[in-house]
Amino acid sequence: MPWIDACATDEIEQEDLVRFDHDGRTFAIYHSPDGEFFCTDGLCTHEQVHLADGLVMDYEIECPKHNATFDYRTGEAKRAPACVDLATYPTKVEGGRVLVEV
Amino acid sequence: MTQRDYSMTGADSMRAVHTGLAAAEWYHTDLPRKRMKELMKRADGPAIRDTVILFGAMIVLAGAGIALWPTLWSVPFWLGYGVLYGSAMDSRWHECGHGTAFKTRAFNDWLYQIASFCMMRNPHTWRWSHARHHTDTIIVGRDPEVVLMRPPALARVIANFFGLVDVWTAMVRMITNAAGHLTGDEAEFVPEREQPKVIRVARIWVLIYAAIIALSIVLGSILPLMVIGLPRLYGAWHHVMTGLLQHGGLAENVTDHRLNSRTVLMNPISRFIYWNMNYHVEHHMFPMVPYHRLPELHEEIKHDLPAPNRSITEALAEMWPALIRQLRDEDHFIERTLPDTAKPYRADLHATVPVGVPAE
Repeated sequence: MPWIDACATDEIEQEDLVRFDHDGRTFAIYHSPDGEFFCTDGLCTHEQVHLADGLVMDYEIECPKHNATFDYRTGEAKRAPACVDLATYPTKVEGGRVLVEV
Repeated sequence: MTQRDYSMTGADSMRAVHTGLAAAEWYHTDLPRKRMKELMKRADGPAIRDTVILFGAMIVLAGAGIALWPTLWSVPFWLGYGVLYGSAMDSRWHECGHGTAFKTRAFNDWLYQIASFCMMRNPHTWRWSHARHHTDTIIVGRDPEVVLMRPPALARVIANFFGLVDVWTAMVRMITNAAGHLTGDEAEFVPEREQPKVIRVARIWVLIYAAIIALSIVLGSILPLMVIGLPRLYGAWHHVMTGLLQHGGLAENVTDHRLNSRTVLMNPISRFIYWNMNYHVEHHMFPMVPYHRLPELHEEIKHDLPAPNRSITEALAEMWPALIRQLRDEDHFIERTLPDTAKPYRADLHATVPVGVPAE
């Protein structure tokens, strides 16, 4: 699977996320409080709402529509109404860019 | 005239799915991400303060009511206690269900459980029904929390000012759930893996109510029920009144909360009881914003919203005639006027279904 250039590291504030669309799919790229980057599917597994409008708190993303919560490092669904985990994807940083393997 | 089927399994439900109204994309006022993050930021302080005041007031009022029981002097204290139990708990149930009242998740969950018990709403069932209410707000056949169906059942509404229909329905559901079953609509929106939780809570609640009733029989007094259970009846009026204003008389089957929700400016006591849910358009548009930041959100986006009603009285005066007219004309509704600074309603989003005839 090729690495895809998603965004610059300084495009995402710490403890925040951005939406990244690629090849007809949508993803979310996260910048954690300790400076790491993570990538998950971009839509909530409950009702296909874009997580990019949600709230990052520590290592969790909360869906903006129904407050479902996921650990964005593992994709684990932590709070109803989400029951299905998010898919996660490997990330790495090179030359100030965030690369994702999707 | 359009006949409506509000059940979760009827013709309108299927039509909503078929026409794309179910789980649709809704209008949102543009707000910079940085400002949105500030408004969504969680805090424990405001909700801890309000919860201490709420439970402190409940203890004082119930204590005075018990001390003065059974004289008429106890009545004002019971009326105050009842509103905090039977109405303020409605908004606590709501905010903690969203998980936005406190920053600490455990605090949200504790108050949610207490408030759910007071309001006789199974905490698991209603979490799912409210999620659907936010996905498909006032979409006929999809939203399980439509209070004012068309034609409005006004006798039921009036009875519910004293909790009569809601409590009866809640009791039937509680006993049904405790017996190990979910009702048809519940089974429609509560995922299968969550259903055992519904049954477990119902069984615990039946035991608690049985104990309270047994204590009343042993004491030969309804006093225990005046503290637990009956306040859901004699204190319900405030949450029913404010709840009716949320969507009453407004549009159905639209995907713009400015058309189907109502913001009402209220006195500080009602806002405390209602935990700022009078900013209802704002809440539906951005449910991640905690109750204590809604006044700021209102200031931020009011240029894009219909003017709020300036008081409860004004809002009731707007809504009530529309409800009366809906008794004979189910397609009638109030179309709220947007200010010149607002983005227009997108008729193309609402063109797939009949939306009735707006008020003149």
